[in-house]
Amino acid sequence: MLTRALFHIRPLIIGLLMLSLSPVTSLAQTGPRATEFTLPNGLHIVVVPDNRAPVVTHMVWYRVGAADEPPGTSGIAHFLEHLMFKATEKIGTGEFSKIVSRLGGQDNAFTAQDITAYFQRVSKDRLPKVMEMEADRMVNLKLDEKEVLTERDVILEERRSRVENNPSAILDEQLGAALYLAHPYRIPVIGWEHEMAKLSRADAMAFYKRFYAPNNAILVVTGDVTPEEVRKLAEATYGKIPRNPNVKTVERPAEPPHRAARRIELKDPRAGRRTWHRQYIAPSYTTAAPGEAEALDLLLKILASGPTSRVYRKLVVEEKVASSAGGWYSGSGRDSGKIAFFSVPNDGVEFSKIEQLIDGVIAEVAAKGVTQEELERAKKAYLAEYIYQTDNQASLARRYGWALTVGSTVKDIEEWPERLSQVTADQVKAAVRHLDILRSVTGTLLPEAPDQPPGSRS
Amino acid sequence: MSSSAPLRGRLFVRPAKLPVVASAMLLCLAAPVLTAKAHAMKIQQIKSPGGIDAWLVQEHAVPLIALRFVFEGGSSQNPAGKEGVANFLSAMMDEGAGDLDSHKFQERMEELAFRMSFEDARDGLYGSFETLTTNRDPSIEMLRLAVNQPRFDADAMERVRRQLLSGLAFAAKNPNRVAGAAWSAQAFPGHPYGLPSDGTPQSIAKITRDDLESFRKRNFARDNLKVVAVGDITPEQLGALLDRVFGDLPAKADLAPVAQTSPAAKERVQVIPMDVPQSVVQFGSPGIARDDDDFMAAFVLNQILGGGGFASRLTEEVREKRGLAYSVYSYLQPYRRAAIFAGGVATKNEEVGRSLDVIRGELRRMAEEGPTPEEMQNAKDYLTGSFALRFDTNAKIANQLLGFLFEGYGIDYIDKRNALVNAVTLADVKRVAQRLLKADELIVTVVGKPQGMTK
Repeated sequence: MLTRALFHIRPLIIGLLMLSLSPVTSLAQTGPRATEFTLPNGLHIVVVPDNRAPVVTHMVWYRVGAADEPPGTSGIAHFLEHLMFKATEKIGTGEFSKIVSRLGGQDNAFTAQDITAYFQRVSKDRLPKVMEMEADRMVNLKLDEKEVLTERDVILEERRSRVENNPSAILDEQLGAALYLAHPYRIPVIGWEHEMAKLSRADAMAFYKRFYAPNNAILVVTGDVTPEEVRKLAEATYGKIPRNPNVKTVERPAEPPHRAARRIELKDPRAGRRTWHRQYIAPSYTTAAPGEAEALDLLLKILASGPTSRVYRKLVVEEKVASSAGGWYSGSGRDSGKIAFFSVPNDGVEFSKIEQLIDGVIAEVAAKGVTQEELERAKKAYLAEYIYQTDNQASLARRYGWALTVGSTVKDIEEWPERLSQVTADQVKAAVRHLDILRSVTGTLLPEAPDQPPGSRS
Repeated sequence: MSSSAPLRGRLFVRPAKLPVVASAMLLCLAAPVLTAKAHAMKIQQIKSPGGIDAWLVQEHAVPLIALRFVFEGGSSQNPAGKEGVANFLSAMMDEGAGDLDSHKFQERMEELAFRMSFEDARDGLYGSFETLTTNRDPSIEMLRLAVNQPRFDADAMERVRRQLLSGLAFAAKNPNRVAGAAWSAQAFPGHPYGLPSDGTPQSIAKITRDDLESFRKRNFARDNLKVVAVGDITPEQLGALLDRVFGDLPAKADLAPVAQTSPAAKERVQVIPMDVPQSVVQFGSPGIARDDDDFMAAFVLNQILGGGGFASRLTEEVREKRGLAYSVYSYLQPYRRAAIFAGGVATKNEEVGRSLDVIRGELRRMAEEGPTPEEMQNAKDYLTGSFALRFDTNAKIANQLLGFLFEGYGIDYIDKRNALVNAVTLADVKRVAQRLLKADELIVTVVGKPQGMTK
């Protein structure tokens, strides 16, 4: 996920993963509940009241992301997100954020493979104004050629900050590119540098016209506001925008059968330590059979999340072969999910040893399953996480917005804790089958000079 | 785990550990407007039966309790040659206590689903603790154990030591981290603020169990403790909690004196070569202390010059107009014993000289002309209007209030703050801009392969 500015980002550990889809049981009666409705022009609206502070979070989510980019224009979804802050007929160049700031608000936006989202956090009396502005730029964006080129330099600097200066991020890009054979998830959200350098005003406007419309968006408002207030304001702003009948979800290329596990090695003297990584394509909440994604969440929690997990215990505590080891499951993708493991081996420990131990941990769960005690602990951790999230209206907005944008329903989201609670140890054991080595890539990063193979220029 | 390797993010950039103290930053950014709905948040001053003071905000709408506390001291208390002790101690706090070894302690943490973490800053060691109301008592017992009876078992220590060393190996090649550490070393030679707070491979290798225990005993006391609680808890319950967790600590901390200091007001430019396409630049100069009469004017000034948001002059000139950088900013960092005005930019190597020229030019222009009346008004509107955004979760309220407590502000500060911002005049800001912004006296650290530098 990429954001327009660095300063609002916090590295959520399981971040985009399923915590963004996690509601609760014990809090079902007292916890916040969403109200939803749809305007005649197709805009889907979700409101989650929280009146502890006189503040609202206003977010618009578009059902489009980097995975929908036309070939050869990688990065255009994120570039457009930046350009959305430039100008409209009503709003002068660069004024959008400045107006929000003068209102005492904060704004930003972010782009991922499946979604693009814009948000403002303001005191409740400012909601009408930011809603008016967000509705305006949904269809009235005005782009100046010169400003587009300047902003292109900004995203190229962003790429240098995030990727080019950081060997771990370069490896991550290469892992993604190797994991998927055909699906556009293989292309980084920020874009390949050579394609970014050629992105144009025309590319941005074409993407905008094709995907930005009320019938391709979800409005999420959380905070000190009622559904009725939101409905009235939305009708007066977004409601005036006609449906765009030409907008439709892009069919993305699907993966062919995977017949060979991939392996990659990156040598970069700028790397801090030797690191080992593996990623698997897995089902997501959108694509999984009922209960399967919940089981994967629990499986990866037990296997690899935190100091009580089996992988950490085995590699770091018992065998003492690594300073860190862990993993995660991300079920928030529209077309597939991802499972990952990583480790930082101690000096002198071969990657093969790391791999053998992690495979051993997986094999053991495949054969014997998990204990009831582990399962209960993992469930408790997730359910508690939901309650902690209810403390934060911005997290709530993100939970609902993300899940709805990739195809979940409010019911799916709010019944999640119940479904999670019902997962059995047998289901967790069965979920191990998704750790299919043929659908994986294993990658290593070494702090060494790259090889000079025969034929290469010295 | 506070100490595991920096590999878990995906496309995120980890915020650089620049010489910025999180809690102090929060404070810099705070400004009140809550008086508008004061009933939404009432701060109570609590004294426990055992005599421990705390601030409490009761909020029973969500079944959670957030506790934040700080022991004055922090990494500036690391003994000479043992840099990183406070960091090591912070990482050991969930590695076993009382009868529970590391594994049992962490399993119990998961069963009770409470969150506990510790982090050292230059002037304090911060604790953060959150629990569900239903698990309050057993969770608090775990916090009590951690604070009073951490085990520091050899096995756990060696594991954490490896993690810290691994973290240092990553940091040594991370241009942001290198720039931050080198800038501090340049600005504060011979002072604890100039030392690497996370330690060095040499110092981490030497730290013993006795070092951790001795640091804990000297730093964990009642007279240097500040506590804030927010959430589903009554004053009586909080009083009992405070005595239980902190009541057995020594009455007085045994802190080493830290000398008052300041970065030299003299231009110094250091380039640390690193093979990266984008250079990371840190700059800074003497700042303005929190108790200085000009602090609030400096705060408003910084907001206009390079503070958060897209409205600052540096963002406008460096990013929006010229496309030189994704990130450019400035901030005030008032440490206990030194005040800094600082900033940074990351730009491709070819543009470092030009970016620094633009930044210096903006500092000069601001020092000479000050802001426009319109900029003043915009900054005040933002600072006063956005205040409520910093108080919309239990966790954020607790962080903010702890910052106020740490600075010694009164319980009414929150109600006075907007007036303080609004009282700053254009003349104040012009005067402070002249006093603070010295474009030709910056201490600059550049990490990368910069080109075009004129100084």
